[in-house]
Amino acid sequence: MIDTIAMDSVGIVRPRDFTFGENGDPLVLDSGKVLSPVTVRYETYGTLNPRGTNAILLLHAFSGDAHAAGRHRPDQAQPGWWDAMVGPGKPFDTNKYFIICSNVLGGCQGTTGPSSTNPATGRPYGLSFPVITIGDMVKVQVRLLDHLGISRLLAVAGGSMGGMQALEWATAHPDRVASALVLACTARLTAQGIAFNAVGRNAITSDPLWKGGDYYGGPVPARGLAIARMIGHITYLSEESMHRKFGRRLQQKEQYGFDFTDQFQVESYLEHQGDKFVERFDANSYIYISKAMDYFDLGEKHGSLNAAFRRTSAKFLLVSFSSDWLYPPAQLKEMAFSLMREGKDVSYAELTCPYGHDSFLIETERQGRLISSFLETVYGS
Amino acid sequence: MAPDARGGLFDTIAGFVEPGSTVLDLGCGEGDLLEHLIRTKNVRGRGVDLSEEMILTCVSKGLSVYQGDLNEGLQDYSTAGFDYAILSRTLQVVQDPVALLREMIRVGKKVVVNFPNFGYLPVRLNLLFRGRMPVTRSLPYQWHDTPNIHLCTRKDFLVLCRDMGIRILKETALRGGGVRCGFCANALANEVCFLLEGSS
Repeated sequence: MIDTIAMDSVGIVRPRDFTFGENGDPLVLDSGKVLSPVTVRYETYGTLNPRGTNAILLLHAFSGDAHAAGRHRPDQAQPGWWDAMVGPGKPFDTNKYFIICSNVLGGCQGTTGPSSTNPATGRPYGLSFPVITIGDMVKVQVRLLDHLGISRLLAVAGGSMGGMQALEWATAHPDRVASALVLACTARLTAQGIAFNAVGRNAITSDPLWKGGDYYGGPVPARGLAIARMIGHITYLSEESMHRKFGRRLQQKEQYGFDFTDQFQVESYLEHQGDKFVERFDANSYIYISKAMDYFDLGEKHGSLNAAFRRTSAKFLLVSFSSDWLYPPAQLKEMAFSLMREGKDVSYAELTCPYGHDSFLIETERQGRLISSFLETVYGS
Repeated sequence: MAPDARGGLFDTIAGFVEPGSTVLDLGCGEGDLLEHLIRTKNVRGRGVDLSEEMILTCVSKGLSVYQGDLNEGLQDYSTAGFDYAILSRTLQVVQDPVALLREMIRVGKKVVVNFPNFGYLPVRLNLLFRGRMPVTRSLPYQWHDTPNIHLCTRKDFLVLCRDMGIRILKETALRGGGVRCGFCANALANEVCFLLEGSS
């Protein structure tokens, strides 16, 4: 129970839903298929100014949701996923900016996804849900902003898959984005990144309870999803951060017992992460969203990375983290140079940080200073 | 480096740069030179620096900056991608100044370089009479903690440019306080600033 709400917290927040496509005007996906209706779960923090020039869209990563900051209930143990960065006086300063965050298409935290009811059958979509892309996620966000009456964003910001959406925004809607903050991200996953996603999907589809994706109403493929999360989690950390956190320590013993009840701390941690994840995430959403990340290739979509960035008019801030081997700094550097070649306004910082890919969620102090000063210059100009 | 000397140096560099041009400032530090060039010459400027603190300072000024190590070279930069590549008070700290100069000549249509002149008379006298590595206002470090690993004199640099086939378009020599030095720059200038061009 939290007795008082910290001064720099957005406090108790209320998620909202917006539904479109019920009466025509469905969502046309990159695959050519159409989807309707589509519901978007979103939250907002701060106040839109009268001229509508202070709106920032936060874009969540793979397993994130619309709940970026604050709490839904006073007794909620953990605040929103980027609470350290969003609030009064924080880098995404709600005294100045109007912050929006929505759950992605294909998700399972309020926005339409494979676990939503298919209006044609009255049953959950499962694998009849169309394959989606990062571009499709952004199309849904565009509809949401139209609904909110926001024609131009002061900034789009996100790490990892959130950064992919920010890149998509800046290239697909250059006239609607004044700046883009792209953190721990890439213009396309490496073969290694796709490989890890593929193993995660395999873990899910190999679980007998997955049943071709048609498991709703019965037991869920919890084991498969937990293993997928464990694999994912390893890729979000670094060798150094795992060593620091766990070393080779056993969970409950001092000495090896030479039987399989021995558990290293790192094993126990991964089990815990896996189990926790199953409580809040849908296995089919894992499959759809990870596939959308695999498909994302900014250069391929526009002919080349240079051609993609030629379209942009946003001011960019790119931030990489030294220990991130899943989205290595070289990939952000490549984007920075491509933007430079196209004469675009871009700043690139590489923060020395031991936490691997997850650094963008953990290292909030130095990253926060960069982000707040960057946003100030964009807002001031 | 003495801050009072910077005004003269900044004005000298601004005098080398055409209005509205594109500028790459290698080793831009806190971005003061870039700001000066943007304000006085309306350039489109970019900075490069290794230090996270410097990057943060530049970002807070709204400058475009890239956090990178000049010792890794400029291979990612396009040929003639900038009207000017500038290396201000940085030549003496890089590991391979010759390689960097060659790369700057490729990346910049013109190149601006300035550095402390190790042939400055007080430096020479220091060594001659005290027998100690010189510590002056423009070279304020002890021999063991100095980042300046490749010090040279004005004359050394002229020889290097000749050997590399680099043409010197303009030169301004500065005395203490950023005042122009009219004669005998080899010995009386504590800092020299060149506008260079490849020989193509």
